[in-house]
Amino acid sequence: MTYYLAVFMPLLGAFIAGFFGRAIGDRGAHIVTCLGVGIAALCSIPIFSEVALGGKDQVLPVATWLTSGTFEANWALRFDTLSSVMVMTVTCVSTLIHIYAVGYMHHDDSQPRFMAYLSLFTFAMLMLVTADNLVQLFFGWEGVGVVSYLLIGFWFKKPSACAAAIKAFVVNRVGDFGFLLGIFGVFVLFDAVNFDVIFQAAPAKADASVHFFSRDWHAMTIICLLLFVGAMGKSAQLFLHTWLPDAMEGPTPVSALIHAATMVTAGVFLVARMSPLFELAPDALTVVTLIGASTAFFAATIGCVQNDIKRIIAYSTCSQLGYMFFACGVSAYQAGIFHLMTHAWFKALLFLSAGSVIHAMSEEQDIRKMGGIWKKIPFTYTVMWIGSLALAGIPFFAGYYSKDMILEAAYGAGSPAGRFAFVLGLAAAFMTAFYSWRLLFLTFHGKPRADHHTMEHVHESPLIMTIPLGGLALGALFAGFLGHDVFVGEGRAEFWREAIGTTAGHDVIEAAHHVPGWVVASPLVVSFSGILLAYFLYIRRTDLPAKIAGAFPGVYQFLLNKWYFDEVYDFIFTKNVFRFGKWFWKGGDTYIIDGFGPDGLSSLIARAAKRLGAVQSGYLYHYAFAMIVGIAAFVTWFVAGGAG
Amino acid sequence: MSTMPDLVPAYPEIFLALAGMALLMIGVFRTKDSTGLLTWLAVAAMGVAALLIVNGPQGPVKTFSGMFVVNSFTVFAKLLTLAGAAVSLWLINAWVHKEQIARFELPVIVLFATLGMLMMISANDLISLYVGLELQSLALYVLASYHRNNLRSTEAGVKYFVLGALASGLLLYGSSLVYGFGGTTSFDGLATAMASAPQSHVGVIIGIVFVISGLAFKVSAVPFHMWTPDVYEGAPTPITAFFSVAPKVAALSLFLQVLAGPFAPLIGQWQQVIVFISLLSMGWGAVAAVAQTNIKRLMAYSSIGHVGYALIGLAVGTTEGARGMLFYMLIYVFMNLGTFAVILSMRVKGRAVEDIKDLSGIGKTNPGIAIALALLMFSMAGIPPLAGFLGKYFVFMAAIKAGMVPLAVFGLLASVVAAFYYWRLVKIMYFDAPADAFDPPDTATGFIMTACTVLMLVLFFESAPFVGGAETAAKALSFG
Repeated sequence: MTYYLAVFMPLLGAFIAGFFGRAIGDRGAHIVTCLGVGIAALCSIPIFSEVALGGKDQVLPVATWLTSGTFEANWALRFDTLSSVMVMTVTCVSTLIHIYAVGYMHHDDSQPRFMAYLSLFTFAMLMLVTADNLVQLFFGWEGVGVVSYLLIGFWFKKPSACAAAIKAFVVNRVGDFGFLLGIFGVFVLFDAVNFDVIFQAAPAKADASVHFFSRDWHAMTIICLLLFVGAMGKSAQLFLHTWLPDAMEGPTPVSALIHAATMVTAGVFLVARMSPLFELAPDALTVVTLIGASTAFFAATIGCVQNDIKRIIAYSTCSQLGYMFFACGVSAYQAGIFHLMTHAWFKALLFLSAGSVIHAMSEEQDIRKMGGIWKKIPFTYTVMWIGSLALAGIPFFAGYYSKDMILEAAYGAGSPAGRFAFVLGLAAAFMTAFYSWRLLFLTFHGKPRADHHTMEHVHESPLIMTIPLGGLALGALFAGFLGHDVFVGEGRAEFWREAIGTTAGHDVIEAAHHVPGWVVASPLVVSFSGILLAYFLYIRRTDLPAKIAGAFPGVYQFLLNKWYFDEVYDFIFTKNVFRFGKWFWKGGDTYIIDGFGPDGLSSLIARAAKRLGAVQSGYLYHYAFAMIVGIAAFVTWFVAGGAG
Repeated sequence: MSTMPDLVPAYPEIFLALAGMALLMIGVFRTKDSTGLLTWLAVAAMGVAALLIVNGPQGPVKTFSGMFVVNSFTVFAKLLTLAGAAVSLWLINAWVHKEQIARFELPVIVLFATLGMLMMISANDLISLYVGLELQSLALYVLASYHRNNLRSTEAGVKYFVLGALASGLLLYGSSLVYGFGGTTSFDGLATAMASAPQSHVGVIIGIVFVISGLAFKVSAVPFHMWTPDVYEGAPTPITAFFSVAPKVAALSLFLQVLAGPFAPLIGQWQQVIVFISLLSMGWGAVAAVAQTNIKRLMAYSSIGHVGYALIGLAVGTTEGARGMLFYMLIYVFMNLGTFAVILSMRVKGRAVEDIKDLSGIGKTNPGIAIALALLMFSMAGIPPLAGFLGKYFVFMAAIKAGMVPLAVFGLLASVVAAFYYWRLVKIMYFDAPADAFDPPDTATGFIMTACTVLMLVLFFESAPFVGGAETAAKALSFG
């Protein structure tokens, strides 16, 4: 029962708030949705202890869904360690964010709609992580995509929000296309989409090949690469990352829940879930490593120069997702999921603190217009510190355990791609620390740069917002410490069991525990240097940053404009698609289909009607003439035609 | 000394004839205006005639040396005609008093026209056919120009008369050709002669074409329809209502009788003509109506279109087709009467209006009338759950079962075009800015409007007995 409750209570809450929001009012919508996810979160804890710690994996049937020939996909809830970790993370973080949203959105006109979307998102995410087969996973995958679209465009009167929502949806479609092809490929290869069946049959198909474009390809590599394309879209990896920063147009709780803590990590979850297949495709894993490492580095460079508080954190998310991917890429899936879990806490915390800052600064998001407010909002200031410390991987905060583990695993993997990832990851760790403290110093320290009026209104957020912040801060403080033993430590084999597929004799985590001392120390060193550099530039010598930017205008502009990805995409794809679409619209639809179809016919009939009306002259002899002509025509027809 | 013919089958007609003459006497010798009284008496006479039909012989009975026939088909058609005529008369009475042009001859003429129609339906000989037809037509010519101080009414009467005479000439000429070939005017004799002829003579085919043309004029099928819009517009509105129902039923029944009776063996020949007429009528009725601004002219084209659909039932030449056509006529009669009741309620400050744009916004000002007309228009367009849908359904199905799919498809396409102008009325009523509100309708008109609208729903949901009646009637015809 608790299992079903954990998944379906958010749906119930969303249903009530969504369809009866007007009847039950704002307050009612808050209560039902928070209660729904709250119950789910409470259920998730016994589930976690029973499944992950107690070792009782189970698959609970819900209903038959699709059956067609050999194709079969049913609704079922699969609970193993991987999904119970995800369920617990999602429901707990979601509950705190729901509560926060009650306070954050209290000025808004359509709160029931907002709360319903949040709960619906939670349900879709739970469907995704508890999926028993690829098709159900895809259902959840698309479900979170839709709600993400709806929530990015929640303030649909803002053109920029609508554009961002469409962008997110379209870019995700590109990834989804790859994902779909991957699912098709799995079905072709295994004749099934059910995880148990696939994973059991996988070793036998390790060397299967497909013939395509007059060449034989390694089937498993193709499938894994296609699935990874889907993951790249959802998790905003390099080349398909452009939607995530724009998605910050949505309300801040959305950014925290969907675009930091949960949905964007679905790609990582997918790779971990499909790890038995990925393990059989080393080339695909190399690609995952390279893309992940590049993303971690690339996003961090951009994060260093952005000025919008939410965008900085968004690029930070993008970068952290890169870490998770290259962890998976070097077969350290456990470390990837561990980082996913800790990241959910501290990144949600950072976003919600940012929301609290924005709230305090009268909706200002530009950190250049903040400064000197730490005394006025001490609580937000404190939790933001905690979040940043966790993000930078300072010892004993959550990120320390997971991020260091990833870097050690990358080094310990021993492969060239692993070394590449280690180097880029180290560089990214330096920049992460730098931009996090740049954000902290610019936002809270120095002279106030906001106008007098705004400064007077700076106030700490109400309790309903600070309590969730406190909860998340606890997670950011302790999640790593509590989890590291079972996730990546001695207890890992007993904890994960079958949930993660690893190749025998290739235990990267084990190798990570035996890396040289300098490898263990280096992340700490770079993080501290990053913090110190930020301190030097933004507290001691505040004149320097502008000078540095002036000295390297090319680099600065390149970074500020996000490596010109949007411009290049716009030039190559968007413009041409628009041109193509316009051609179809004007030429194909308006001219041919409308012209000869509805419009053409109706104008033809209107003209014919006028013509026929003119025949009706009113003159008797015309009428008689028509009759005679008619009868003459009939007679002629019969006489000339011989009439059968 | 020949024996007296059996009069029992003809009791309803004999009674109507006597009643008509008696009413005329009452009208002449009564000094006061007796239009109202005579109307009620005429309606009562029609009711008695209907009772006589129902209680009289049902099975195939022939009398007057085989010139007059009664069977379940004639019973169905006569009852429908009487119903249409009686309701029309009721509408006429309410209207002439409002317009202050009441004359006692009016109900009497309607009664004689109805008598002619019953005669047509029972005709089993070219001679009795012609006599019945002329009795009806002469009465109708007079009715068309009844409002004799009105230029358009008299014009309508003259046009109808001249063209009607031409049509009668065509019919007579055709009859003479047929007689020349068959050597008899009796339908039974002609049927035998046609069936025994190894190959049909071109003369008889030309004769049939002329007869069909004459009858097509009476049902206002294209290309013999040209009188319809002018007469419908010119004649006083309730008389237009009468024109659009009772004579149509009688003439279409006659059409069926003639083609299914003496000319049934020549189905290969006349079928093509009927298909062609049907196609033309559906198409013309649908397209030409689009440009109309006067609602009576619109109804003229609408009725041309409806005749086209009904003729599909005739064109397929099967019992099922005939059943479809009879059911179609049943629905058509009440659908049209309801619509004309609405048109008769279009009065602004005591003055009758008949422009389509006068309906603007009555959805707000006269919601009752608007909802009735909207439902009737949906029925006309053939949208379920209204009876108009079933009417079209049965004729189209008959055509498809007989392998005449293109005819059914064309009918469907034409009904799409027709739906445009029916729905345009709905749009004008509900979405255009309100103009002057209409006066509340009088009791009779309001009652007929309501009853016919409700009937459209009843006929849809309780169609079985009516379809069954049409089926019994259709079986009496000699289609295979």
